[in-house]
Amino acid sequence: MKLTLRRRQILWAYAFLAVSLIFFVVIRWYPTLLAFNISFRDWNVFQNNGPWVGLQNYQDIWSDLFKQRSAVRAAFFNTLRYVIIGVPIQLALGLMIAMMLNSIGRAAGFFRAAYFIPYVTSLVAVAFVWNWLYAPQTGLINQLLLALGLPMQGFTKSPQQALYSITAVAIWASLGFTVIIFLAGLQQIPDVYYEAAQIDGAGRWPIFWRITLPLLNPVIVYLSVLQTIGFLRMFDLVRNMSDQGQGGPLNSTTTVVLEVYKEGFGSYNMGYAAALTVLLFFVILIITIFQLRVLQRRVEY
Amino acid sequence: MTTSAESNAERLLRISEQVAAKPPRRRTRFSWLTALIYLLLSLGAVVMIAPFVWMILTSFKPGAELIDFAFLPRNPTLDNYRLVLTTSSFGRWYFNSLFIATVSTLSVAFFDSLVGYTFNKFEFPGKTLIFLGILATLMIPTEMLIIPWYNMSVQLGWHQGNMQYWGIVFPGVITAVGIFLMRQFFDSVPNELLDAARIDGMHEFGIFWRIAMPLVRPAVAALCIFNFIGNWNAYLWPLIIASSREFYTLPVGLSFFRGESTTQWEKIMTGASLATIPLLIVFILFQRQIIKGIALTGLKG
Repeated sequence: MKLTLRRRQILWAYAFLAVSLIFFVVIRWYPTLLAFNISFRDWNVFQNNGPWVGLQNYQDIWSDLFKQRSAVRAAFFNTLRYVIIGVPIQLALGLMIAMMLNSIGRAAGFFRAAYFIPYVTSLVAVAFVWNWLYAPQTGLINQLLLALGLPMQGFTKSPQQALYSITAVAIWASLGFTVIIFLAGLQQIPDVYYEAAQIDGAGRWPIFWRITLPLLNPVIVYLSVLQTIGFLRMFDLVRNMSDQGQGGPLNSTTTVVLEVYKEGFGSYNMGYAAALTVLLFFVILIITIFQLRVLQRRVEY
Repeated sequence: MTTSAESNAERLLRISEQVAAKPPRRRTRFSWLTALIYLLLSLGAVVMIAPFVWMILTSFKPGAELIDFAFLPRNPTLDNYRLVLTTSSFGRWYFNSLFIATVSTLSVAFFDSLVGYTFNKFEFPGKTLIFLGILATLMIPTEMLIIPWYNMSVQLGWHQGNMQYWGIVFPGVITAVGIFLMRQFFDSVPNELLDAARIDGMHEFGIFWRIAMPLVRPAVAALCIFNFIGNWNAYLWPLIIASSREFYTLPVGLSFFRGESTTQWEKIMTGASLATIPLLIVFILFQRQIIKGIALTGLKG
């Protein structure tokens, strides 16, 4: 049988796609549906096909949200706090540093590398280095405070300070990425805009508000969405910076993903854990759709 | 802002090259503002680098020196390294991390390119549907898939023995991000070139492998760097699926290492140094390529 050229091309295309198609169906789509399925069951990995319990897991989450001492309640509120504190500070610092880097010539390459280093290192190692810096009594930061005559702090050991101490490390660790993306955005703003503004006698401040910020708008939206999703998924740092990795002290640092891990792989309460991940999925979905909507209104210039 | 002659892929490549390039040596006259910027950037750089310096210095100190708070070790010693390397399985964890990151990166480089190429250069029924099906998986957070993946792995025995390597690797052997990125980059390969090869009687796979692939090398390199770093540092999934010590990756091994030497900071910092230093060296050597790669994959949209 003779195949036409077009037929042959189609066969080649399917052959090229075959392995990947199987991968996406078996490793992505099927598990996604399975996650929904498990969230409606009383599931334990070692006794497959746990009984169907309908919305029970979701009802449990809902009632846990109103229990004062529940770790899941703490996890929801903490995660919200990580996002609300972490994202704005991360973006503001990132933009400031990127603008400073963009305005200097000498040593800009060195500074760029310095800010980027933590981004390529493992968050587990980062967590331990900061545990040591934060250590009560013997840690470097408390020793500096002591030398300056200031009171020592508990940092990750204090229920009031732990969340902020971990947020600071999270910002520190991914600042380099934010700086690089902002830097790319700044370099895309044509010089003529600045030159024209200077000829018009505009000061630095109006130039920043009227030119830089509006033209960076797509980058700002993109980064805030990316960072929001990043903080919503906080796990590595909390797991390695809180006592015994349980999100303490007094549940003050635990996150939704840490609770997924504890419920699903500590207590093997997998139906409940799956229900938590389904909720996380919907939150991320809404944020992503929001981003797509906003970014479609492209700034034209 | 994009000129019509420039494709999206070319624009991305230009931006990321620009952001990672050696900054121009601008001759700036001295001003107080520039001085202030340098001061702030230097302070920031100290905050970024000092934790790593402190980590390395601590690793060379005998345990008794930790409470002296001297900056440099008074009696520098390699005992911590000797002890950590002989009593833990760091060597094995290095191998595991290297092996897993290499295998997944090679697989991603091959399959993501092949699929990206197919979507760019072929017409076939169901093309849009399949592409959207792959793209949509970007919205599914890994956290939602870990419970189903774990269930599948337990059923198939991927959480035991040598199969643990496959268990750790399988979720990342093909990525939607990479496919999306590569699809854009094959725009820069002219169709006439491929047709010429077809007329010469080359088969389709040869055209992809020997003609198209060499032309998108910068994009493949960026994808490899991004993927390697991500897999090298991956924590949540390896933590769940690797059940025996010999199959831990570096971050997982390190996180359990803490429990074994709770307050012996010099040992913990030695472990953290062992986990970070190779990556720091690689980063210093290939700084520009790495920043370019991260910028490129980060900007993809």
